[in-house]
Amino acid sequence: MHELGIAESILERARQESAQRGGARLIKVGVRIGELSGVDPDALSFGFEALVKDTPLEGLALEIDFRKRVQRCSACWREFTSDTIFSSCPDCGSAATVCISGDELDIAYIELEEPACA
Amino acid sequence: MRVAVEEKVLNENQRLALELRQRFHEHNVFCLNLISAPGSGKTSLLERTLEAMSRDTKVAVLTGDIQTENDARRLARAGFPVKQITTGGTCHLDARMITKALCDWNLDDIGILFIENVGNLVCPSSYDLGEHAKVVLLSVTEGEDKPLKYPGIFHKSELCVINKTDLLPYVSFSLDAARENARKVNPAIEVVEVSCTTRHGIDDWLDWVCRRQLKSVGAAAPAA
Repeated sequence: MHELGIAESILERARQESAQRGGARLIKVGVRIGELSGVDPDALSFGFEALVKDTPLEGLALEIDFRKRVQRCSACWREFTSDTIFSSCPDCGSAATVCISGDELDIAYIELEEPACA
Repeated sequence: MRVAVEEKVLNENQRLALELRQRFHEHNVFCLNLISAPGSGKTSLLERTLEAMSRDTKVAVLTGDIQTENDARRLARAGFPVKQITTGGTCHLDARMITKALCDWNLDDIGILFIENVGNLVCPSSYDLGEHAKVVLLSVTEGEDKPLKYPGIFHKSELCVINKTDLLPYVSFSLDAARENARKVNPAIEVVEVSCTTRHGIDDWLDWVCRRQLKSVGAAAPAA
């Protein structure tokens, strides 16, 4: 259960972005979480909500883009995702495939309120 | 207004890990990060390892646990520098803890640094500690399907050590299935089988450490 620490890191980055933009109100943070990242999306959402509750950031949304592991076939170069960990190529059946992504743990974007025109 | 950020969530950890990696490179420190479930035998493997190492190898160990100094006491008997990192609840080690633990050690006095992570197969896999390689341990009293249940760490490890092979006659654990499962998740993973009780296979493990260390020496400086 390290998702609370991860949620705090995300919040820290969001606060920093807001501070750099004159304290603009934060609306949403978008993150990408890969299947192999070791982070559970539900636990992350739960931790994030718990951290913003009863703070000025209450209501700040967290959008999680969950990414499946992508395998590439070493024989025919087909890239594919699979529900099971056993990942033979669906095209040519080769078992020689390598994992090319799926461990994302990224902040994609931060959404803030437009600053009011002076 | 949407601002594209495109950064790692653990950017700060990544920055500190890179700093550690650069320091290890400068001072010729070879660093391994040992990860397993609680009770798979990380400390026992390190005990056997330290016993087998000559003084000139300049080995040091950082060992992480939520509480107690027990592991550090066990490992200190071999006479090499050992430091316990007590996380006080945190389920993994992060790069900041490593930086802090190393602050009063002279890296020139260290040739091989073993980091024994907190017993946990999930969270430690997210935190780069600046190591050259991650090593995952699995023992035969666990399920041979662990690589399938916890693919993240098997995917990121260069070596899988299967421990407690002396217990194979008493448990329904198939070494072949375990090896196959580890390779399903990570076709490049190497596997060694050991018993820390009988010392069977310990030389295979030490050989791997030696070979991997040689590979790291003379490698290019780590880049961001």
